[in-house]
Amino acid sequence: MASTGDLEPTHYPARRAAQVALHYLNTHHGSPFRVFGLQQVHKASAEDVAAGGRKYKLDFSVTDWGSGSAGPALRCSADVLFPRTERHSAPKVELHCEALQQINSTAQEDDAFYQKYISPDSTVSARDIPDSFGNMSEEMQPFWRLARVAASFIMLRESSENTEFNMAKVASITQQESSEEQLMLEFVVLLHDFPSQEIVQWKLLASWSPDRGVRVLQTEWQPRCPHATKPPN
Amino acid sequence: MILARKFYSSKMKGLLVLTALFVAVFGKKTFEGDQVLRITAKNEAQIFLLKELSEQEHLGLDFWREPVHESLPVDVYVPFHSLQAVRVFLRYNQIQYNVMIMDVQDLLDDEEREMVKYRTIPRSTDDFVYTAYHDLNSIYSFMDMLVAENSNLVSKIVIGQSYENRPLNVLKFSTGANRPGIWFDTGIHSREWVTQASGIWFAKKIVTDYGRDPVLTDILNNYDIFLEIVTNPDGFAYTHSRDRMWRKTRKPNSGSSCVGVDPNRNWDAGFGGGGSSSNPCTETYRGPSAHSEPEVKAIVDFVKSHGKLKAFVSIHSYSQMLLYPYGYTSTPAKDKAELHELARKAVSELQSLHNTAYTYGSVITTIYQADGITVDWTYEQGIKYSYTFELRDTGRYGFLLPADQIIPTAEETWLALMAIMEHTKNNPY
Repeated sequence: MASTGDLEPTHYPARRAAQVALHYLNTHHGSPFRVFGLQQVHKASAEDVAAGGRKYKLDFSVTDWGSGSAGPALRCSADVLFPRTERHSAPKVELHCEALQQINSTAQEDDAFYQKYISPDSTVSARDIPDSFGNMSEEMQPFWRLARVAASFIMLRESSENTEFNMAKVASITQQESSEEQLMLEFVVLLHDFPSQEIVQWKLLASWSPDRGVRVLQTEWQPRCPHATKPPN
Repeated sequence: MILARKFYSSKMKGLLVLTALFVAVFGKKTFEGDQVLRITAKNEAQIFLLKELSEQEHLGLDFWREPVHESLPVDVYVPFHSLQAVRVFLRYNQIQYNVMIMDVQDLLDDEEREMVKYRTIPRSTDDFVYTAYHDLNSIYSFMDMLVAENSNLVSKIVIGQSYENRPLNVLKFSTGANRPGIWFDTGIHSREWVTQASGIWFAKKIVTDYGRDPVLTDILNNYDIFLEIVTNPDGFAYTHSRDRMWRKTRKPNSGSSCVGVDPNRNWDAGFGGGGSSSNPCTETYRGPSAHSEPEVKAIVDFVKSHGKLKAFVSIHSYSQMLLYPYGYTSTPAKDKAELHELARKAVSELQSLHNTAYTYGSVITTIYQADGITVDWTYEQGIKYSYTFELRDTGRYGFLLPADQIIPTAEETWLALMAIMEHTKNNPY
């Protein structure tokens, strides 16, 4: 059921496209101290494009979850193209956010975090971030944000007009040996897709440094058997 | 436990070991390795020695039974650092003893565990911790306590049993007979923990505000309120014991190794359509037939036999929405204009408290096509004010909403529920 022309900004077609733009934003600008969340879609429209596919034009606001609940809203505009191909291919995004350069720099926190964990002795390892009760320690918060940013690469790639992804939880974080001065982290993340309500598990290897930002090196979809009668032991 | 001691007596004999410089560590936080000895003196001389022992301040001994007479046992608490010295002393002087408490810390740990268990069992609904997530037993105890404390207002009805034979409990708030009713349910999808937690808060809110808040009092003087807090108890137990992300019921599906049916796709309204799945291994599996799930059938039977429910609100999380029928068809509901306007009002009330942004509209346009959902069925039964809530948040924590958001969420949602109830009362049909 596809909509064309002006879209109701609070309804799901616009929201799903905006979520894709959000994932794109996080892959480019996310860090241990910066993760954006969708605040509101102001305007949206969609049209079919000649090469096959549907292009959404969006005007929306995001907030930085890294700066606490009082973070200022950032206004963005984006074109999101969902291709029409036999096999799924990733949507294409063009994005522009006002004042991106002007939001408070997190360089200091980034550097302190980097220095702390780049040491060869560092072997961070954790599970269930947050736990069942939504608890997350202070120390784990930058790792959660990094996982969210890394997961955004996957969420962006896997998105279509029929999906709406969030990261439900970080199942595990295991620090790997640093390489080329990059923090190397292996994450197992659980993604939640809204329309199907499915929980999808991915293992991924990501690198981060203040200079190079987040890069995702490997991803692996992991089957879960939650619907089975007996959980596999 | 450690009492002040008299000064060291220089008349000690055979206490070479005890002159070693032990530093008694008073006020330490752990009692690991500390013991309690029961000493049996066999004559007056030994009693005398034990009295001398008790004067050795640096040993940090604490006599629970002082040395008095050889016919009476002498019990002494011995900190770990003094144990060897005391044992040597007793052996040297051929004083019999046995170990009463092998490790005081172990005992304290056991006691603490018992105390914690006791502490977390609240003695009244005023003791109950609303700022935490609870398990099924705690929630069922809460219900019983609430009924016991407010027996003039609240009763518990068991409308059926879950697949795994857990009672399906509904709290009935009523001030008179033969009234029309208003229904709320939380926790139909078990992983949506903020909803059950909010349901608990709503229950307490109702008993607190009846007789105090004029609007609620007026509502309850005309309508009964029914509240099913744990609408899917099997799923809820499973989220605690095995899989925090479990959504469905726990009924096995014949011919499949996959368990569970989506209770919000199992209703007989547009049942079987594209907004639900035919695959038992999916989260939106509709089930073998409409109302196949006992958790759903119990509500269906209750609604039909009651016959006079006027509002029905089914509460989910997450994504901060207030939705009205339909989910299975894009044909607008007959009462769409009124439902839309009431939703606007309810959301505006909700937002007034903590500025939480909500979206509202019909299920199919706002969230997605969904077939066989609760409120489509209740609406088609003639319950005009049929709504679905999606509570906090919008995806940051999702299902794993931190417990410190339970009360703000419940408080703001309550304002919306009050708006719906008030409108229902002012617009009888």
